[in-house]
Amino acid sequence: MIRFVARRLTHGVVVMFFVLFGVFMLFFGGSPESVARRLAGRQATQDQVQRVFHDLGLDRPLLEQFSTFVKGIVTRGDLGTDYYHGVPVTTLLKQDAPVTISLVVGGAVLWLVIGVASGVLSAVRPRSIADRTSTGLALLFQSVPAFLLGLTLINLLFYQLTVHGLAWFPAGGYVPITQSPFEWARHLILPWLTIALISAATYTRLSRTAMLEVLGEDYIRTARAKGLREWRVLTRHALRSALTPVLTQFGVDVAIALGGAILTESVFGLPGLGRESVQAINNQDLPVILGVVIVASAAVVLANIVVDVLYALLDPRVKLH
Amino acid sequence: MTQSIENVVPDAATALEQQAGPGTARIEGRGPIKLAWTRLRRDRGSMISLGVIGFVVLVAIFAPVFAWLTGHDPNAQYYGADARTPLGLPVGPNSHFWFGTDTAGRDVLVRVAYGARVSLVVGIGATVLTIVVGLVAGLAAGYFGGIVDTMIARLIDVVLAVPFLLFAIALVGVLGNIGLGMLIIVIASFGWASVARIIRGQVISLKEREFVEAARSLGAGQLRIMFVDLLPNVVAPAIVFSTLLIPVSVVTEAALSFLGIGVQPPTSDWGEMISDSAPLVAEGQAWWYLLFPGLALLATTLAFNILGDGVRDAFDPRSDRLIPMRKKAK
Repeated sequence: MIRFVARRLTHGVVVMFFVLFGVFMLFFGGSPESVARRLAGRQATQDQVQRVFHDLGLDRPLLEQFSTFVKGIVTRGDLGTDYYHGVPVTTLLKQDAPVTISLVVGGAVLWLVIGVASGVLSAVRPRSIADRTSTGLALLFQSVPAFLLGLTLINLLFYQLTVHGLAWFPAGGYVPITQSPFEWARHLILPWLTIALISAATYTRLSRTAMLEVLGEDYIRTARAKGLREWRVLTRHALRSALTPVLTQFGVDVAIALGGAILTESVFGLPGLGRESVQAINNQDLPVILGVVIVASAAVVLANIVVDVLYALLDPRVKLH
Repeated sequence: MTQSIENVVPDAATALEQQAGPGTARIEGRGPIKLAWTRLRRDRGSMISLGVIGFVVLVAIFAPVFAWLTGHDPNAQYYGADARTPLGLPVGPNSHFWFGTDTAGRDVLVRVAYGARVSLVVGIGATVLTIVVGLVAGLAAGYFGGIVDTMIARLIDVVLAVPFLLFAIALVGVLGNIGLGMLIIVIASFGWASVARIIRGQVISLKEREFVEAARSLGAGQLRIMFVDLLPNVVAPAIVFSTLLIPVSVVTEAALSFLGIGVQPPTSDWGEMISDSAPLVAEGQAWWYLLFPGLALLATTLAFNILGDGVRDAFDPRSDRLIPMRKKAK
């Protein structure tokens, strides 16, 4: 087990190294002057561009710059300076990360619950009305773009309800959990729903298929023959092995959810990493984008490692190698 | 379960009857694509979706007809009482503007029609490019193995580790505002990785088969083995992937335009229209401005998704899985 984890970690580090290399080449490729101008921001004066040039030592060979860049990240967690705002990039990221984490983690919990529950329900009663409804809805939500669903939810659950005197859900804004857990959740309900409904669709179908397959296995018949209650058969025997494909998909979806978070944050005006990077585009504030890309990729790589390890723990049939 | 058997058996029986015909037993050779098409034709959902897609394609091609019918240019701004309220706000559907007007007093109907062009061109263009690059990379990685495989597999891992929208934002940030062609390249430069991953896995198992050995013994070159012997065997997953990739590309294009980093104004685009409508919709105004482009976008992606499902079932009737995003076998 330890060897397995170590192998996955090494693989993750290698992938991250290449991500860093690719991102570095994208932002630092080209003539040193153009790189300095690119990173200094839209309204930078010639002096500021010169300072960026010297700060980053852009006249050195590219590989030397890259090694300084990697060293800075690994030893000091230094993601460079946001010249537009005049602060280290990490300061901005630390401000925005809690919003995005709240959004993605809450959304993920919700979509797993909705997806797996409706999938299992469908599988237990295949071809029933409940099954058809949930598969149909899954197909619908899978096709809706996040921003369209978000705006529809704002119109229906914010505007229409508020007009009728039920101001339950705000249309946007963010309240830190440390300030008021209740307000935090209330402000995030619509964004969570947006992310969850879209992603849940995949899980409905995945867990439905997996459950149907598992329910046909001999050991399920054995469990029933032993006289176990149906609930126990479903949860302890069937669900456990049906969850493995769900888990694999979950690793893939973290990346997709981070993408969905960008759109959801824009729709609901949540000051998270996604909105920060969209604003950074308009300000030509590239160091921020560089930082967000690196942090988000690291999150995806890490999530995949965790999923692989969980996978091995959950399903004893998985060979560790 | 019993229901499904009843469904299948009579079908199979009638199919056999029709094929055998009275008297003359004629056996027809049918390739996998033809077989799949026969199955697909029986799927009502897929056929309806195909109709919807056909309709959207027609609208895109004949978008100027809408401009001619209404007499409104897609980018022209109108100022009459049926185009703007005294406060300068959009006006709802009326006899002159069937789908209402937008914040600039432009005709929503004509703009939705022209928007279909961008969506389809980018959606289909990006998909074709994605598939071609993915196929070549997957074939090369699977067939050559060794250092080529290691490099391509590593590249796939790296591309899949970066969240796509962020990747697109970074590219747009560095390259500046981009045109349609660049938009297609940006979408494809990410999408190829998942295609290549699937194709690579298939080729690795295919290349050990006898027919490849036979081709090699007959003196076939490597390119010939890759493209003449192996390629036809991975066409089925490629077709399935394409139909499922089109809606993804259409949504991606709309999303980028929604964020203001895709198609640039004043080009008509569904994502851009939806983004424009957002501040009004939050205040309960101009529902038509969100509804019509939103419906157009939803109908297009839904139709492609249903069709994609049908196509996958047609190629592999046992499958019941969503987009084939299984882990690569190690």
